[in-house]
Amino acid sequence: MVTAAIWPALDYSRVPYRLYHDTELYRREQESIFQGPVWNYLGLDTEIPNPGDFRATYVGDTPVVFNRDEAGAVRAFVNRCAHRGALVRRELCGNAREHTCLYHQWCYGLDGRLTAIPFRRGIRGKGGMGPSFDMGAHGLRRLKVERINGAIFGTLCDDAEPLETYLGPPILTQLRRLLDRPVTVLGYNRQRVKANWKLYAENTRDNYHASLLHEFLVTFGLDRSTQIGGVTMDARHRHNITWAEADSDDEEAAKAAYAGARIRSNFLTLKDPELVKFRRERADPLNLAVTSVFPSSVFVQISNSLAIRQIRPRGIDEVEIFQTMFGYADDAPDMVHHRLRQANLVGPAGLVSMEDGEALELAHKASKPDPDSATVIELGGAGEISDRDYRVTDVPLRGFWSYYAELLGIEPTGAVR
Amino acid sequence: MTTERHRIHDLLAEYGALLDAARYDDWLVLFADACSYQVVPRENADAGLPAALIFCDTRAVLEDRIRALQEANKFNIHSDRHLIGLPRITGDGAGEIGVETPFAVFQTDQEGETRLFATGLYRDRLVTVGGTLKIRDKLVLLDTFAVPSLLATPL
Repeated sequence: MVTAAIWPALDYSRVPYRLYHDTELYRREQESIFQGPVWNYLGLDTEIPNPGDFRATYVGDTPVVFNRDEAGAVRAFVNRCAHRGALVRRELCGNAREHTCLYHQWCYGLDGRLTAIPFRRGIRGKGGMGPSFDMGAHGLRRLKVERINGAIFGTLCDDAEPLETYLGPPILTQLRRLLDRPVTVLGYNRQRVKANWKLYAENTRDNYHASLLHEFLVTFGLDRSTQIGGVTMDARHRHNITWAEADSDDEEAAKAAYAGARIRSNFLTLKDPELVKFRRERADPLNLAVTSVFPSSVFVQISNSLAIRQIRPRGIDEVEIFQTMFGYADDAPDMVHHRLRQANLVGPAGLVSMEDGEALELAHKASKPDPDSATVIELGGAGEISDRDYRVTDVPLRGFWSYYAELLGIEPTGAVR
Repeated sequence: MTTERHRIHDLLAEYGALLDAARYDDWLVLFADACSYQVVPRENADAGLPAALIFCDTRAVLEDRIRALQEANKFNIHSDRHLIGLPRITGDGAGEIGVETPFAVFQTDQEGETRLFATGLYRDRLVTVGGTLKIRDKLVLLDTFAVPSLLATPL
């Protein structure tokens, strides 16, 4: 049983490998985190424009379906029949007037209420449900739903704080920036990584690895740690924005900095430089903004490629990264083409992301046999958890662990937050 | 017609053999000067959505992709084995041939463990350049769109 005694340091600068491999802990995470007082990105308004439109997704490993009801409201439910626990909606998306379970055809409305049970009164007066059966108490389990500029979030916890409070000012501002006009879905991609889900959640907060692991960034001069950038968190330090500004560093200084890291800065030029060319879309100079929302949602701008990722745990040893690629509804055809081209940068085959799959599997594999050893998280200093205006840091990982410990009830006395 | 079918078979066999031997520069020679190469998740194709996993709409982008693979990208150490099925000629005219071919790619790691990595369908438009059959457009329609680990070496 993992308890508050597990932490070797009160600032979360050491995380025992057991936390990535303990199967009992996995169950506790599902209950205390994913079914706890957190908000999870479910999908986009634009994916379900019409009444009856639905999509299936997950909150943690709980199957969820969200739809638009007859009145136009967005509703979300656990995708599980109240009768025998079967998946009610089998298709990933579609349009329907109701959700009917395959097994015994129990039928639910778009508001999740149980509307019909076959043979409820039996046949010729025999069989069926008893008179005391309460239809109203056997609907699909509802999620509370809130939206930020067309991004739909859900929570399984009735006591969760309001979404905007949960996100906090800097995160809210960043989401509103990324979703500042109507969006269009360009497609989806999926990746199955043999690693614990938290390794990926950490990875999206890890500014240090980007230009070292993803050598393409530096080799082709797309993004370097010498640029102006940093990490910005919410007050509780559970979420994080990793950001950088375009064209904000000096070519020679960058080459000198990376010489020591054995990485060839601007070593190569592309035959098609448009692949990495940043087209500024708004007043601010950000060409990198990766916003991680605890526990499992990531809003991503890398140059002009835009995406929202869901981190979907699939047991202790595997995670699915489900990514929705999008553009804006008012994009000119040439801009759509540019985004499709820059989609080469991200996803399972991404020129600046494919390495994550390999790095996470290496970390998961080698840490498993030695649960009492611990990972080191000290870039940008140990101790206090706070924002940084530089890029060689992994401080937001400690923020993640701090809130993780709180939700699991394993926060040690005197721990930093 | 027999000759044309033989040429298509030879091109597909060469395609798989060069990828499995990691001879990517030689593999590029199989493409025409004006060419495209895309790997598209089946879920996107079925929904009419354009986003690809690999989107090389010109030869320049395809060459950049291979250069990056050789010089910058890091990925799981493995070898590929393409099993390419029977080509179905879907169209023949205006100097080009349409061909659909099912494929499977197995990956084997350094310790000899093999896994099915991907299945899917090649949709090719082939042209004859200087007496040689070349790939003008290749669409890799990926059935296995929940990509295991990562996708680095071409399918």
